[in-house]
Amino acid sequence: MASLKINISKLIAKKTIYLGISFLLLLFIAITGCSKKEERKLSRELNVYNWSYYIGETTIKDFEKEFDLKVNYDNYSSNEELFAKLQTGIAGYDVIFPSDYMVKIMIDQKLLADINIENIPNYRNIDRKFINLPFDPGNKYSIPYQWGTTGIGINISEISENVTNWDILWNEKYKGRITMLNDMRFGLVPALKKLGYSVNTINSTQLEEAKQLMTKQKVLVKAYSSDTYIDMLKSGDAWISYGYSGDIYQVANNNQDVIYVIPQEGTNVWIDNVCIPINAPHKYTAEVFINYILEPKVSAGISNFTSYSSPNREARKYIKPEILNDPGIYPSEEVLEKCEFLQDVGEATKLYDRIWAEIKSK
Amino acid sequence: MSVRVWKIYFNIHAGLIYSFLYFPIIILMVFSFNQERINAVWTGFTFNWYETLFKDAELLNAVGNSLLVGFFSTILSTIIGTLTALGMVRFRFPGKKILDAVLHLPIIIPDIVMAIAMLSFYVFINLILGLFSIIIAHVSFNIAFVAVVVRTRLAGFDMDLEKAAMDLGATPFKTLRYITLPLIMPGVIAGALLAFTISWDDFMIAFFTSGVGSTTLPLKVYSMIKFGVTPEINAISTITLLFTMTLFFIAMRLLRTK
Repeated sequence: MASLKINISKLIAKKTIYLGISFLLLLFIAITGCSKKEERKLSRELNVYNWSYYIGETTIKDFEKEFDLKVNYDNYSSNEELFAKLQTGIAGYDVIFPSDYMVKIMIDQKLLADINIENIPNYRNIDRKFINLPFDPGNKYSIPYQWGTTGIGINISEISENVTNWDILWNEKYKGRITMLNDMRFGLVPALKKLGYSVNTINSTQLEEAKQLMTKQKVLVKAYSSDTYIDMLKSGDAWISYGYSGDIYQVANNNQDVIYVIPQEGTNVWIDNVCIPINAPHKYTAEVFINYILEPKVSAGISNFTSYSSPNREARKYIKPEILNDPGIYPSEEVLEKCEFLQDVGEATKLYDRIWAEIKSK
Repeated sequence: MSVRVWKIYFNIHAGLIYSFLYFPIIILMVFSFNQERINAVWTGFTFNWYETLFKDAELLNAVGNSLLVGFFSTILSTIIGTLTALGMVRFRFPGKKILDAVLHLPIIIPDIVMAIAMLSFYVFINLILGLFSIIIAHVSFNIAFVAVVVRTRLAGFDMDLEKAAMDLGATPFKTLRYITLPLIMPGVIAGALLAFTISWDDFMIAFFTSGVGSTTLPLKVYSMIKFGVTPEINAISTITLLFTMTLFFIAMRLLRTK
């Protein structure tokens, strides 16, 4: 009995000590936790995860020099790859560049950190048109990086007429020389825009009309493809390709005969964004980096190298005139007005899916 | 007469099979010297792509990562694999049959299963992905390859030599150091070279287990393809191929000599 008593009192003493220690620890965490929020110290490293060749040639080097830190720079090749890596929760990246729809998915999955806009004064350089977009209202989690459109790539050595609208995709003269994007949402953009409807319509009669147009076009189409069309256009097998501006400009860099046209009825726009993952080890430094790439000169340096459109209004002064004056990269206000972002259509996704399947299977 | 006919037939047959296997690789190599950026047409000979290759800092960085991963994973897996092989041949112990079966698993199961298994394990123990996680993953499948190669070498090993050494007063360690290891060395080196080759070529497992600052060469090439297959990629593939083949041939030579 006696020994048991001693044991118990010992146990109590032990417990008090543990309690004391854990209390102190909690206090410590609380204090450091508070101070961490206020912390504005640059880390010595920054981990950036970006698409290949999607930044200025010297951007990373210049940033390292100016802030005296090391950037670990890695590349991914698709939004899905980025998503998979981020989902593990142990990727360790500080800065990522997801596209619009992926930002929405990542917000829903709680993978993105709240960006502290106070640390990014250059945010005001961004054109108002690209702020507060439907995938991230209020830009809590994402800052616009670069944008582009889908449109028509034309081989002018084969096609002499001046292309200004979507009608060329239905021109029977070019049977077997046309390629279309193989995607239920992007794929319907030409038909919907030609008919004057929204690319996010959920009206089933409008979608039915679009389906009829697409079915009529099918006999003319060489291939429905979202990637191999690049090579077809490059080699001259295809003359008219409905595709992404970035891809087609890349073909144009290699093949002088290819030009990119945004039809005047409008099209859809997409935008890639800078975000910070929720468990980023160097969040403040990431914000400093984002602020840096929004500097007008730095931002222009990026766009001059990638030939994508910059949402940075102040950067335009430094962008090469041949890029700035290309209506395929910077469409006129009038055309841009008619362009839309693809938005989540909710329940209607099934409708789009069915219509696209019907077009493809007929 | 009919023997000659058969011979001709066999030669043609073999020729067709070889060209089926190697023609694509030869085309890849030839086009790495092509002037034209578009891969389809030959316009002239140039070393340009090799030059741009050696100026591309990101690419060189990826090469460095691949060498680092290859080097460390090879050393670790060679040591562990050799010891495993020795133990398996030498001793009887409970669970040996199970170990024997499990040891071959990394060779048999698809890369992607192995990759996902490694990744879920890292997530479970909360290890931040990077060079370290790739090295560990590579060690884990390379052990199997080294162990198998060393075991084949041990199969023709005369145990009496060890007994004789000990009989003449050598300690077990001395026996290992001066008798056993020198005799199986060709097998060990062949195993190491094989391990390095596999580590150098691996895409799938690195794809899943890479993290900050650990883009290996295959991963880098994959992300470059997003912008079309340029002769630069052909050039880098050619170099990689020659490098791997050299290592592989050395390994095979070592295994053949007595």
